[in-house]
Amino acid sequence: MTIEMEPQTTPEVGGMGHSVKRKEDPRFIQGQGEYIDDVNLPGQLWLDIVRSPYAHAKIRSIDASEALKIPGVAAVITGKDLEGYKLHWMPTLAGDMQMVLPVDTVMYQAQEVAAVIATSRYAAADGVAAVYVDYEPLPVIVDPFEALKPDAIVLRPDKGPDKQTNHIWHWESGDEAKADAALAAADVTISQDIYIPRIHVASIETCGCVADWDPVREQLTLHMTSQAPHAIRTVLALVAGGAGLPIYEHNIRVKTHDIGGGFGGKVPVYPGYVLAVAASFLTGKPVKWIEDRSENLQADSFARDYHIHAEMGATKEGKITGLKVKTIADHGYTDAAADPSKFPAGLFNVITGSYDFDNAFVEVDGVYTNKPPGGVAYRCSFRVTEAVHAIERMVDILAHDIGKDPAQLRMENFIQPEQFPYTTPTGWEYDSGNYGAALTMAMEMIDYEGLRKEQAEKRERGELMGIGISSFTEIVGAGPSHTFDILGIKMFDSCEIRVHPTGKVLARIGVQTQGQGHETTFAQIIAEELGFPVSDIKIEYGDTDTAPYGLGTYASRSTPVAGAATAIAARKIKEKARHLAAHLLEASADDLEWTNGKWSVKGSPDRFKTIQEIAFAAYTNHPQGMEAGLEAVDYYDPPNLTFPFGSYICVVDIDKGTGQVTVRRFVAVDDCGNIINPMIVDGQIHGGLTMGFAPALYEEITYDERGNNLAGTFMDYLLPTAMETPAWETGKTITPSPHHPIGAKGVGESATVGAPPAIANAVVDALWHLGVRNIDIPMTPQKVWKILHEKGVAP
Amino acid sequence: MIPAAFDYVRPADLDEVLGILRDRQGEAKLLSGGYSLLPLLKLRLAQPELLVDLRDVGGLDGIVHTDDDIRIGGRVTHKRIQEDEGLARSLPIMREAAVGIGDPQVRNWGTIGGSVAHADPSSDWPAVLLALGASVVLRSAGGERVMPVRGFFLDTFVTQIEPTEVLTEVRIPHPARNGGGAYKKLERRAGDFSTVGVAVQLALSDDGRIASIGIGLTAVADAPFAATEAEKVLTDARPGNEVIQEAAAMASKQSKPVTDSHGPADYKRAMVAEMTTRAIRAALQRAGA
Amino acid sequence: MTTQHVSVTVNGEVREADVEPRLLLVHLLRENFGLTGTHVGCDTSNCGACTVHVDGVSAKSCTMLAVQANGSTIKTIEGMANGADLHPLQQAFWDQHGLQCGFCTPGMIMQSAWLLEQNPDPSEAEIREGISGNLCRCTGYVNIVKSIQQAAQQMQAAESAPAEPAAAS
Repeated sequence: MTIEMEPQTTPEVGGMGHSVKRKEDPRFIQGQGEYIDDVNLPGQLWLDIVRSPYAHAKIRSIDASEALKIPGVAAVITGKDLEGYKLHWMPTLAGDMQMVLPVDTVMYQAQEVAAVIATSRYAAADGVAAVYVDYEPLPVIVDPFEALKPDAIVLRPDKGPDKQTNHIWHWESGDEAKADAALAAADVTISQDIYIPRIHVASIETCGCVADWDPVREQLTLHMTSQAPHAIRTVLALVAGGAGLPIYEHNIRVKTHDIGGGFGGKVPVYPGYVLAVAASFLTGKPVKWIEDRSENLQADSFARDYHIHAEMGATKEGKITGLKVKTIADHGYTDAAADPSKFPAGLFNVITGSYDFDNAFVEVDGVYTNKPPGGVAYRCSFRVTEAVHAIERMVDILAHDIGKDPAQLRMENFIQPEQFPYTTPTGWEYDSGNYGAALTMAMEMIDYEGLRKEQAEKRERGELMGIGISSFTEIVGAGPSHTFDILGIKMFDSCEIRVHPTGKVLARIGVQTQGQGHETTFAQIIAEELGFPVSDIKIEYGDTDTAPYGLGTYASRSTPVAGAATAIAARKIKEKARHLAAHLLEASADDLEWTNGKWSVKGSPDRFKTIQEIAFAAYTNHPQGMEAGLEAVDYYDPPNLTFPFGSYICVVDIDKGTGQVTVRRFVAVDDCGNIINPMIVDGQIHGGLTMGFAPALYEEITYDERGNNLAGTFMDYLLPTAMETPAWETGKTITPSPHHPIGAKGVGESATVGAPPAIANAVVDALWHLGVRNIDIPMTPQKVWKILHEKGVAP
Repeated sequence: MIPAAFDYVRPADLDEVLGILRDRQGEAKLLSGGYSLLPLLKLRLAQPELLVDLRDVGGLDGIVHTDDDIRIGGRVTHKRIQEDEGLARSLPIMREAAVGIGDPQVRNWGTIGGSVAHADPSSDWPAVLLALGASVVLRSAGGERVMPVRGFFLDTFVTQIEPTEVLTEVRIPHPARNGGGAYKKLERRAGDFSTVGVAVQLALSDDGRIASIGIGLTAVADAPFAATEAEKVLTDARPGNEVIQEAAAMASKQSKPVTDSHGPADYKRAMVAEMTTRAIRAALQRAGA
Repeated sequence: MTTQHVSVTVNGEVREADVEPRLLLVHLLRENFGLTGTHVGCDTSNCGACTVHVDGVSAKSCTMLAVQANGSTIKTIEGMANGADLHPLQQAFWDQHGLQCGFCTPGMIMQSAWLLEQNPDPSEAEIREGISGNLCRCTGYVNIVKSIQQAAQQMQAAESAPAEPAAAS
């Protein structure tokens, strides 16, 4: 079910609203994609990494002598070697410091300890197996609450004298006094602890790079899997500058190739990249590093790990009056989150959700533990998933507590369409929304009334069936320069368009596709604006020598920021085209009007020039005094973020004997504003839903008390297969963003954000009559069975 | 993940294989489908000096119904078992177990002999063969011995196979009249190893009692084992909820699961009872009870 | 380091190499033969990104040694199209948006091709089971299922239609 948007262009042009088949697909379906491990350079060496078996230990010594005897092993690099170049530490995107290689202490299991450089992948692996490291194990802290105790050992003694604590930072938002007062005055108050566990994006392609230092030209080319190549280039330049190496930003070229999935895991700078660069610098040869799956699952950045305590107040009728939230954020041994500088807890204070109330207070404390960096990303715009999970669970608990249908309670608390732009008690200005329409559509699609009837009948028979709703509001498109930066770089994004004389177009963008289909959708934006057919437009990205500076693709920011830049750049071209057309038509520019790829004289529709004719004239017949060519660039600074939303309804059945949860149906109604390509939007929703479904029921990275990662392969980190993934049902409403040039909002992460609470609410709904108020995700059979067992339902 | 170096041979026939095993005792490891062994090699958990590939060895790929029993060659893939209509008619438990192993590619290449000899404590065939009262044929240069699977599985990855022997065949008794069997596997996700796997094969007497029953369990001890106490409870019993529950409780009691990523031990013990109950009920139904 | 000679027929062409016995088939294809369409995703035979056909049977090439494949006939994603004519599965994945990042796609297509050889008219449940050894992180499988359904229909229609000379060019 979809509220249709009528395309304004013909299918041949393929502007917005057309399900244009993807331009990037022919190479992928024929095995001609070029992913990082497909890049091989002449004379290339291989880098492989020795990793720590301990989560916390002193390194007494490293003996590489046996490794160096292995044929093909060229060198072994340790932290002490890097220390000589001041390269043993590097900054994180959050402004903390992380080790490239430790000089004396390892901080998490699987941390990089040494790098082996060899002539082949196999020799490098043999070298890793032959490096002997003598460790002295140290006490391990895996629990952030333990880390905060006054007598806890300090995990980061490298920090300043005033920071000899495992507490990293405190952050708060909203008005505590008002929230306290609202809770004190409320007829009904509820409180709940909610833990959102550590998970991993696990894109099917792992991370890697080929670093290529040319000592003659003093040129570094870094081929890599990065969602943010320009930011990587700048960080590399800063690190090299700090180390006194002659590697300057104009001589660094970061080149991404096809990326086999990112989801935020390919934003950070990992030690492996820096090691490959260092190794290439030392050897003068290209050096390739490709991590294997276990390295990826144990050492790359993780998401979530939020311990939330929430309190909500409401009237006895269920009108929400206040919300107070306190959270402990486990960041592992360093804060390597990719959050904007001013937002150490990301956009977590969007936690008031889709609901209209005045009083809220949110506080978060970041904590160090002996784990790899956490809190980075899992297809989510900066902590929005955690916020949505908390508010949607709380609203559901409130509804059940006062005996009101959860759909009804949501309807009665929604911000109404006429209230937009709406300022939340934590300070966000929501751009647009129609929350009731989305929920109504979802309820119709799934036959909500019928399901409630079925549930009542089944409950009589002792069967466990639950219905869960999530009516989420997202916050994406970081972000306005007055507030948003990463390491000081403002979060604008960019597009440069060149129209060639024959009417063909090359556009380069500052964002980086990892499967989102930018080569198609950004062409569609230009097609919409200028009338060139999509087939005549080539989109390039990912090469910092050619693409305009941009902050990259994550946090659903490509369409909201670079998409806007693309539309604005196209409009600049359109405006120049108007003057060219006026010249060609011997008319006044003011007398021209634009329709369907043509400038025509008002009132004389047969007097026109097509954009292709105008393009040719821009190089062959431009008026005196006008610059030749037809090009434009735009660096777009968004005035606000965009606020996609949706309502999801999920039906689950629970096997009483085993605790297994089956998602029987799942309806997702999304509103991402105006839609560029409906087919691609649906694909983004399907994928997002699956990455919401996964942590709701299957995925979790757990650690034992010694800090060992217990899910270090795909045998134990359980990505859903086609077998258990539901056949997703999708619907759309369209509420354009009023401030975005094409009214679009961003969609890549909505479903990952919105899905988990719908599933959690359904499972709790199935068990509420047994006295169950909350189950933390993932709701594994063992967890559900334990509850059923304790409630006397399961044997 | 890269294996440590090893040597590789692919003998043309079984005699050559047996000769190599005799000459290089303890150094050689047999390679059948490879879907169990290769991950261990890549993780460097196994580092044999020599791999002996059985790929070209003929005569190990039959499914034959003799007067005495059903004989499945050691190189028969899970997929062939899954698709064998004769086997599906006489022993539906075999298809039921086969389709749950790994994923389609694993079933294309993985073999029953490889799986049984590898003796992963969570693999499915051992439980099924224990329930069926099957035997394995072990061949060495010195000759051949037939050994019941009860007593064959000793520990995690450890069986009665000598380093000089090849598991050439699995022999399964023909099912009794009024027989029925079922394999119930609890898994966290498709393609996963069992959290708990329970195989039941039983036969009913003319008066509706359980004349014989075999119950095999996997993933809940150091090695797959037969739930002998539960079998005792049910032998000669008239099927009913109470006795099934009693048997399930005995199976649970006899299991020795450990807490791991598949779940805590108490959960697994409870699941042994649950899956045993389900398997017995399904087997009874198939037996016509 | 002792090497062994391997000779295989890959996508109709005889290819040879001297390799270490421990060389994985996927590395033989990717690094010795330059056929980089076959990908490595997990190392533990869970993800199926490395799926190819060995002697007509779908296999995970990260869980097979190059020497094991000696003498075999191998088909990879690069051998699926007939010149400029896409295989119906390739066309269907394109038509139905059955891929996003494209990394799992070659393995997914190879497994689907094998599935349709085994079962030309699979139900949705059979399709989902048939690709259960291939993980996709982007699509949520919905459009992959649709792609396989489209290809199945087209391949069956082509099977039953009388051969037309024009269509064979």
